Amino acid sequence: MTDDAATRHEATTPEPATYEAVIGIETHVELATRSKMFCGCPVGFGAEPNTAVCPVCLGLPGALPVPNREAIEGIVRIGAALGCRLVEHSLFHRKNYFYPDLPKNYQISQYDVPLCVDGRLDIEVDGDTSTIGITRVHMEEDTGKSLHGSDGGRIHQADHSLLDFNRSGVPLVEIVSEPDIRSADQARAYAVELQRVVRTLGVTEAKLEAGSMRFDANVSVRAVGATTLGTRTEVKNMNSLRSLHRAVSYEIDRQTRVVSGGGIAVQETRHWNEEAGGTIPMRSKEESEDYRYFQEPDLVPIEIDTAWWERAVASIPELPAARRSRYLAAGVEPSSVAVLVDDPALGDLFEGAVAGGAEPRVVSNWLAGEVVAYLRQRGASAAETPLDASALVELGTMVGAGQVSASAAKEVLRGVLAGEGTPAHVADVRNLRQISDSSALQDAVDAVLADHPDELARLRAGDAKPLGFLVGRVMRATGGRADPRAVSQLLASRAGPPP
Amino acid sequence: MNPGVPASTSDPADLTIAGAGAAMRRGDLAAVELLGAVLARAAVTEAHIHAYLTLDRTGAGEAAAAADRRFATGQPLGPLDGIPIALKDNLCTRGVETTCSSQVLAGYVPPYDATAVARMRAAGAVIVGKTNLDEFAMGSSTENSGFGPSRNPWDTHRVPGGSSGGAAAAVAVGSALGGYGSDTGGSVRQPAALCGLVGMKPTYGMVSRYGLIAFASSLDQIGPLARTVGDAVDLLEAVAGFDPCDATSIRGQVPAMRRSLDAGVDGLRIGVVEELTGDGVAPAVSNAFRGTLDDLAAAGAEIVDVSLPTAPQAISVYYLIAPAECSANLARFDGVRYGLRVDAATTEEMMAATRAQGFGPEVIRRVLLGTYALSAGYYDAFYGQAQKVRTLMRDDFAAAYRLADVLVSPTSPTTAFELGERTADPLTMYYSDVCTIPCNLTGDPAISVPTGLDDDGLPISFQVMAPALGEEMLFRVAAAVERLSRFEARPTLATSQVPSP
Repeated sequence: MTDDAATRHEATTPEPATYEAVIGIETHVELATRSKMFCGCPVGFGAEPNTAVCPVCLGLPGALPVPNREAIEGIVRIGAALGCRLVEHSLFHRKNYFYPDLPKNYQISQYDVPLCVDGRLDIEVDGDTSTIGITRVHMEEDTGKSLHGSDGGRIHQADHSLLDFNRSGVPLVEIVSEPDIRSADQARAYAVELQRVVRTLGVTEAKLEAGSMRFDANVSVRAVGATTLGTRTEVKNMNSLRSLHRAVSYEIDRQTRVVSGGGIAVQETRHWNEEAGGTIPMRSKEESEDYRYFQEPDLVPIEIDTAWWERAVASIPELPAARRSRYLAAGVEPSSVAVLVDDPALGDLFEGAVAGGAEPRVVSNWLAGEVVAYLRQRGASAAETPLDASALVELGTMVGAGQVSASAAKEVLRGVLAGEGTPAHVADVRNLRQISDSSALQDAVDAVLADHPDELARLRAGDAKPLGFLVGRVMRATGGRADPRAVSQLLASRAGPPP
Repeated sequence: MNPGVPASTSDPADLTIAGAGAAMRRGDLAAVELLGAVLARAAVTEAHIHAYLTLDRTGAGEAAAAADRRFATGQPLGPLDGIPIALKDNLCTRGVETTCSSQVLAGYVPPYDATAVARMRAAGAVIVGKTNLDEFAMGSSTENSGFGPSRNPWDTHRVPGGSSGGAAAAVAVGSALGGYGSDTGGSVRQPAALCGLVGMKPTYGMVSRYGLIAFASSLDQIGPLARTVGDAVDLLEAVAGFDPCDATSIRGQVPAMRRSLDAGVDGLRIGVVEELTGDGVAPAVSNAFRGTLDDLAAAGAEIVDVSLPTAPQAISVYYLIAPAECSANLARFDGVRYGLRVDAATTEEMMAATRAQGFGPEVIRRVLLGTYALSAGYYDAFYGQAQKVRTLMRDDFAAAYRLADVLVSPTSPTTAFELGERTADPLTMYYSDVCTIPCNLTGDPAISVPTGLDDDGLPISFQVMAPALGEEMLFRVAAAVERLSRFEARPTLATSQVPSP
């Protein structure tokens, strides 16, 4: 960052109560459809550059776009999940601007008649729920990628550029929020919740680091109580939730300093620089482009009948907010709820196990504890392991019947995750079954008491203190397989009044 | 003026598509022989008319030989099998240079065939080569070509019309038996009129535009150029029909275009468009037009006067909508991926230099006009307003078609004009399309049929218009006009007269 804004920021932090931020977020989500928005090329990430291309997505002379029905279904599901109203006859427009990675030098997008409008998303920050309005959800196509051959990676310093058009034409959904967001925390909460929703729908991978979900923030500040909006800046280039939060915080502070110092914010696009921790101007309104939108003559209006829309609404799976409420009501701990809702694979395992009769709290603790730890260690996803709902049900039954202890159950779980077999098989092979056979336990208890006559005498004298020690000894002698409660009872009966 | 070329009544290059097809099916003519005759004609005439930009002797030879193998086994593909065809050079041909007559695409070889091209190949057509046009189809004389103008085979001091002037000149002179052009504002019908041919613009969406290098997407339509109405039907049927690669192509059955060719006009109501038949139409054209109306009335048609009040605005509307669309359609010619690249210090400067050098003055004029018409603050007054008038024009036509089965007018207000006569004044040039533009704005089909010659020996033509998907009626009336007019003249540059049917 070249300007010294950051230093000035340290020096003069404005009074927080005087100004409030007004934030709207534009989110781009790449749909994980089989083919691109307007041609049959595969949507694939990581393919060799310029291998998933054809005359259409390369913008060759004469090529024409044909809309992808699967992509339209995807956006309709997103719109339905966000409570939007469907626009039955929506239009595609051309957005004209010259850029080397935009092969036609116009982007097919939607302008004044988008597919979905007037939705909402509830978010929660520190226990406070807010409703963020969704202005519109519209369909467009992604651009290719420019790789600039220079140190800085910015086009202005580059001596050459390489172009990869594999991403060109990938279906892109833009979700525009109302300016209802008031803080960086809310901005992040909105982004996280939106990511959960679109992932729940299964229409996108929504990976920020891979660029399949991207956020731009429109930020302005105004005096608390003001009814008009301040001059906004559009902040771009946030590649993680953390940088979204940092960038919005920075921009609120920067604008507040400008305005509280008697200055006027400039309407401009600003670029977030992650390393420098600040935003720098990209282009101002004066030089902003006139996109010369006009209706795309190569396409006809998108006609969606109500029945189709109603089916889309009906097919919406349970959304994260509803799922959270249900899990909490079922007794799942709040920290586990977040884990299960954020990872659909874990959520599915949970649902399956509970449906099979497992105890929600026990299963959720396993999933949020042992299973997540195991997956993190290996960088794997739950779907890549042999763990399934039936295994969780079986393990829950074994614990309930006292066949394995709670601690042994976690080891059984690790064995199942590692592919060693069913819980019963793992418990047998790893020798983790509790000794519930009382004669075997009695032998172990008697052996321990024989070795510790002093503690036995104290017990008999009515001193309960050695009990814990003796239980521990029996547990050790049985390799942890004894049921501590049964051991405790046996020891107590042995310590009873002498026959 | 015209070089005297000895007449030869038996030259296959002068056959109609129907006549050549019949001869090949009888075994009296080989496709390679027919191609040879056409190429021999081109060898004589090209120096005078410059119809072709590229002659594909190799590809055409292979296609003709393949056709002959099918004729030998008694399994020809249909009426176009073995027929030498001229293709306007804005239709993409796999492996054959396709330039739109623009320096910006010089040397560009498409990796794919336009849908229409693939269909004509599948029908056995022999593509002789790619023909000249006004750059990106913007013009009415073929003088706007980046590779030099074409000339009219009836009088080589005169233009063949445009923008499909090269294809029209080739078919008229016999260096092809039929051709395909594109019609955005009259670019098939007007050159057909100026070259004494049948030229037809189908209903918008009947022929796939996939692989037609776009000028104005909502107006462009591929259409046939032929020596007879029947040949035009054969050419159109080979390429018409739904294409999943073109979202604007019409689903469902193609109209039965041949069924009523011989039905005549008895009892039909023929509407004379008041606004297209008055001022500005040359006396000879006007007289010929009235003569044709008399013939039609004598054949039993009811001639009615109709009005299209918005027709006088058609040129204004067209010159907002077409440039607006072309300003976006031509944005892709930026030097980044294909065609011309003029190196410069930055990417933006490279794009600007490439476009400044690659595009000719008329293209630049229209791109700037369209960019302006779409700009913030001007959109409503220009592009938005033009779209509203376009809607009104559709209403006008709908009202007129309640009074008449077809509408008629001259195709071109004048016969072929001299090279350079209108290049200095774009508006005069634009007026060449006054009668043809309305049907592009409405999307309706229209056809031009030659009916006679003026005192200079230049062809005069008659335009028939029909409602959308009314091709059966359109061809029915056109065939009647053709029979009534008995137009059999051939350009002096052709080596022989067309044999009598």
